[in-house]
Amino acid sequence: MVEAPDKAATCPAPVARSRGNVSSGPGLCLSLDPRAKLLCALAFCLLASGLNSRPVAGVALGLSLVLALVSGLDLLVLCRRTLAVNVFVVLLWVFLPFHLAVDEPLTGLASLHLAPTPGGLGLAWLITLKANAAFFVLIALLGTSEAEEVFHAMAHMYVPAKLVTVFFLFHRYVHVIGQERAALTTAMRIRCFKARTDVHTYRSYAYLVGMLLARSLDRAGRVYQAMRCRGYRNRFWLLDHFHWRLRDTVFCSLFALALAILTALHWSLS
Amino acid sequence: MHISEGVLSIPVLAGGWAVAATGLSLGLKKIEPERLPEVALLAAVFFVASLIHVPIGPVSAHLVLNGLIGLILGVAAFPAIFVALALQAVLFQFGGLVVLGVNASTMALPAVLCGVVLRPLLASGRRPVVMLVGGAAGFLGVLLSGCLTAASLALSGEAFVTTAQAVLLAHVPVMIVEGLLTAMTVGFLSQVQPALLAARRS
Repeated sequence: MVEAPDKAATCPAPVARSRGNVSSGPGLCLSLDPRAKLLCALAFCLLASGLNSRPVAGVALGLSLVLALVSGLDLLVLCRRTLAVNVFVVLLWVFLPFHLAVDEPLTGLASLHLAPTPGGLGLAWLITLKANAAFFVLIALLGTSEAEEVFHAMAHMYVPAKLVTVFFLFHRYVHVIGQERAALTTAMRIRCFKARTDVHTYRSYAYLVGMLLARSLDRAGRVYQAMRCRGYRNRFWLLDHFHWRLRDTVFCSLFALALAILTALHWSLS
Repeated sequence: MHISEGVLSIPVLAGGWAVAATGLSLGLKKIEPERLPEVALLAAVFFVASLIHVPIGPVSAHLVLNGLIGLILGVAAFPAIFVALALQAVLFQFGGLVVLGVNASTMALPAVLCGVVLRPLLASGRRPVVMLVGGAAGFLGVLLSGCLTAASLALSGEAFVTTAQAVLLAHVPVMIVEGLLTAMTVGFLSQVQPALLAARRS
């Protein structure tokens, strides 16, 4: 049996634990049941993907922003992540409103020019609102949970056991692999490696990846043997189950009410 | 390339999840319990390698490596890639929960294809052949991912066609570098750990 890594006290190497949790103090979403949070996040993202009018998407963004602000998230992290997430949105703002059109004037010479795409600008607005609304809900609900809690909640929500095990093992070892990569990169830097656009650079990176692969496969063998030593018999046990409380029911009800209002607005406007 | 939430149309999103669910169930069925750590750790390498930025002229691109993971894991690459992308969505909010099906499918389908079609060719074990196969896997992995990403954008509406073309164009230098790099990685592995490529020749 492998013990579930969901208590800080049972985890010998705190360095190896990354946190999805980016909260900074008391907040609404910290004390909620992770199952409730995962369910609400999923429901909101599903609804947000279906919205097709800008006012409703705006209301959704407003609601999600309020949730993110009261959830107890670190504001600095929130701002940084918002910027990172909007990179793809900026790309859409570049490409959606205009497209390259080819017209052939009487001279017979084809010429390229930028032509406005009908409805492109509105679509860019709509996507910006929807993408950010989904992002704020996701960070407010899942960013305030430990990653292990989210995986554990998945196990309770009919996600296949093997997949949940892969999630746990991935999360346990991704930092170890990251540290191995850092050690190899440092070794390269000490030998005056400078990344350039040439075959030497690509070969160096190729060997770096090769070393990471070779080592991680060796490690996988050792991890499995260690698990066997502790009595692992193809079942990853999860201990310390969640307790559904009144506040979870209240939160889910309020969230469902908000979703119902959004749906009603969506139907009345479309 | 992660598509963010709220971009694609509902049929495309549903199709993405349908493909992802099929791929996941097939992949998970193929993984024996003793190979779970291996799949998890290779998923971790896939995640970490995507943080390595390789210069291409004045700009840089991060490694994708889906072809390489597919070459090593075969069908089991689907869950590995899915887990890595799901964690990016949960921990860093890159992509999203609803669009995860499409994002995972565009990455993992080419990987599985590389595993199924190209992995048997590694059997000869001769270094030039192995490198050629590796190069093909790296190149095809990114090429097909780019095509699938562009297709999922283009299928979501006419307005996205320009974006889809741009996405495809941006993948061209990446696929060349990725092919070169994967060829050298596989060549390296065939010398350092020939068992790694040979043992997975099921």
